[in-house]
Amino acid sequence: MEQARKRLAIVWLALMVLLALTVAGSFTVTGAASAVVSFGVAAAKVVLIFWFFMQLRTEKGLIRVFAVGAIAWLAILLTMLTIDNVTR
Amino acid sequence: MTDVPANRRANPHDIRDRGLSETPEQRTSYLRAGHTLRSWFLTTDHKRIALLYLVAVTFFFFVGGIAAALIRIDLLTPEGDLLSNEGYNRAFTLHGVIMVWFFLIPSIPNTFGNFLIPLMIGAKDLAFPRLNLLSWYIYVIGGLCTLFVLVAGGVDTGWTFYTPLSSMFAHGQVVMAATAVFIVGFSSILTGLNFIVTIHKLRCPGMTWGRLPLFVWSHYATSLILVLATPVLSITLALIAAERLFGLGVFDPKLGGDPLLYQHLFWFYSHPAVYIMVLPGLGVVSELVTAAARKRVFGYWFVAGSSLAIAAVGFLVWGHHMFVAGQSMYAGAVFSFLSLVVAVPSAVKVYNWTATLYKGQIAIDPPFLFAASFIGLFVFGGLTGLVLAMLAVDTHVHDTYFVVAHFHYIMVGGTVSAYFGALHFWWPKMFGRTYPMVWGRIMALLIYLGFNLTFFPQFILGYLGMPRRYHVYPPEWQVWNVLSSTGASILGVAYVLPFVYLLWSLRYGPPAPANPWGAAGLEWTVPSPPPKENFAETPVVDCPAYDYPLEMEEGEMKEGARG
Amino acid sequence: MVDQPYSTAPQQREAATMGMFVFLGTEIMLFGGMFAVALGLRLTHPREFVDASLQLHVWIGAINTAVLLTSSAAVALAVHAVRAHQYRATSVLFVIAALLGVVFLGIKAFEYATEYREGLLLPPVGVQRLFMDLYLLSTGLHALHVIVGAGLLAGVAAFAPRRATLVENTGLFWHLVDSIWVFLYPVLYLAR
Repeated sequence: MEQARKRLAIVWLALMVLLALTVAGSFTVTGAASAVVSFGVAAAKVVLIFWFFMQLRTEKGLIRVFAVGAIAWLAILLTMLTIDNVTR
Repeated sequence: MTDVPANRRANPHDIRDRGLSETPEQRTSYLRAGHTLRSWFLTTDHKRIALLYLVAVTFFFFVGGIAAALIRIDLLTPEGDLLSNEGYNRAFTLHGVIMVWFFLIPSIPNTFGNFLIPLMIGAKDLAFPRLNLLSWYIYVIGGLCTLFVLVAGGVDTGWTFYTPLSSMFAHGQVVMAATAVFIVGFSSILTGLNFIVTIHKLRCPGMTWGRLPLFVWSHYATSLILVLATPVLSITLALIAAERLFGLGVFDPKLGGDPLLYQHLFWFYSHPAVYIMVLPGLGVVSELVTAAARKRVFGYWFVAGSSLAIAAVGFLVWGHHMFVAGQSMYAGAVFSFLSLVVAVPSAVKVYNWTATLYKGQIAIDPPFLFAASFIGLFVFGGLTGLVLAMLAVDTHVHDTYFVVAHFHYIMVGGTVSAYFGALHFWWPKMFGRTYPMVWGRIMALLIYLGFNLTFFPQFILGYLGMPRRYHVYPPEWQVWNVLSSTGASILGVAYVLPFVYLLWSLRYGPPAPANPWGAAGLEWTVPSPPPKENFAETPVVDCPAYDYPLEMEEGEMKEGARG
Repeated sequence: MVDQPYSTAPQQREAATMGMFVFLGTEIMLFGGMFAVALGLRLTHPREFVDASLQLHVWIGAINTAVLLTSSAAVALAVHAVRAHQYRATSVLFVIAALLGVVFLGIKAFEYATEYREGLLLPPVGVQRLFMDLYLLSTGLHALHVIVGAGLLAGVAAFAPRRATLVENTGLFWHLVDSIWVFLYPVLYLAR
């Protein structure tokens, strides 16, 4: 149990560090690179939350598929929307 | 008074039974497990919930049908003389809203899916029985909101609620209509959730994925669409309501908003929604075809996989509704190509059904006739879908009656045929009574003829250029419109017929055995109607799906009672 | 403790967890529509979108992000506690998480008030108006989920801290509410 609590504490620390990174990035990076930084950091945070906090680390494969399924589907909407807007 | 023959008596040994009393199976079935209103309206039994839905969707089918009747009567003459312009707009809007969300989407999944999925997989109920009941109540509340819209002045934006008309300019009950659809969307989402978990978790021992009936596969695919697409509709409708209620504009062109953004969001749901409407019908037809031919389905994995393929690819084609709306040409080309691709899995199903029927011992019973009607009309409608998928052709026929005819061939020729086929196939199982086959055959024939008379002229009208949603048209098109309206009246008669003979059968029909069609599937192993807990003991499956003998010997008699 | 129609307890637990993940998927698609609107706006008016984003208070948003992430950590600890049968700890941690949720809402309310005073909330015209409307709608919808989530956490803490599956699944909902904010923050506040 102690090991589990320690692990969660480390994840929390990592999340705080990532938060600091993304705020710092917003002051320093601009343009397309800033989108990469801020969404990259957000994705990293969500991966940590899903893997450690939501226990995907210990769940079966099918549940992991369900957990990411909607995100993949959302990507379809966002991608095609982008294709249309960018090529108009 | 002559005695009722033994095979028509509910209790064969009682010579005085006039065929009016309940059969022993009915007395111990789910129909009689509890007599109070409470036992029906607070039931968690998936079979009773299925009947609650059956009554509700039938009611809305007729409300939507009345709207259709108004439309077709108005279109008998080139002038707009039955309804005002505003009134006509409200008629086709209500027709669309009610038929799409309150009939087509729930019709097969929430009646037959609810009733049959646990039986087909050997389970006692769905994964979340109380959630199932909640889904029905949510549906009813959404329905009541729609009825309120009906009496409070209607809505005139079309079922597609395009902005900025719906968000900024339309008079009428836009917010209430959007609310009604938002509410019923939750019913859909919860149903899909329930089916997915049920099919994953509650299959009986031996019921592997490869032994599932194709009806279950297609409902699984439908459920994936239900849970992934419907929330996008929910948020889109909420945005329209927010714009009307609070002036919060995200689509407002004056502020720089993009009206096309709304269309992307709306069609991202609504194209997969049409697959929600047709996939369950495709699953029904798979069952009807294999049972009618008494032959194992040809290419089981192809048919199962095609359901998933339709669900997946169906999410990639929504831009074909926006070819002339201002979308980029490159996006249009991509969507056009993908729209052609999505026809492939549907065609795969049709080829497999044909191969199933080949050398089968086909019985010309009503379920088969409805399945045949489905296949003919679905193929024709699907081919015209390919026509519409071609970007260049669509610029000519977009927003004309060609489109209207296309989707009615699929929705009405397809899904409604499948719905009635399912009703005629599983009626004996659900109620323990058989109906007179001749009337079922007559209905199927009337539907097929009436349908073609109604909607084929609309292809011609669309090609000639008649726009959709118009009730005023040049007089030279009147002949086609009159043909169409005549067909619609035949359809109307056909839809009323089952009320007569099916309801008659509830009391006077011969009692149905457990397996009146001699079909394969776990639902045919329980009594007709089934007891409340479905199975006395959990079945164990050890044979493949559709375990009919592969070849019939010459002169071999068919087993199982027929008709 | 097995309810109909299940035959074993693990089957029921797995079904409940699967059901919750499917439901979370629907929430992702719901907010996904909002993200699509944001993307559409960003693509059609990139310059104005960034200008409007710069007007938001990055530090208030950052503090709120930290608050939610911490509340998620508390929930994760609570789930570990319930599996170790430490029901008091479960209850306490859930209450802490719910309180942090209330803190989030309080900070949000303060933020809305500040923006209102600065005249930011309903600018008359232009893309900034569209942006601020999107900001209000998406943070408002999110706040609604925070209210529901905090209520569920408090309810489970008070009445059912021993029911492990319920605790876990309520926790899953809260983590999703947090995850959505993790993406809302850069989309709205950090567009550069």
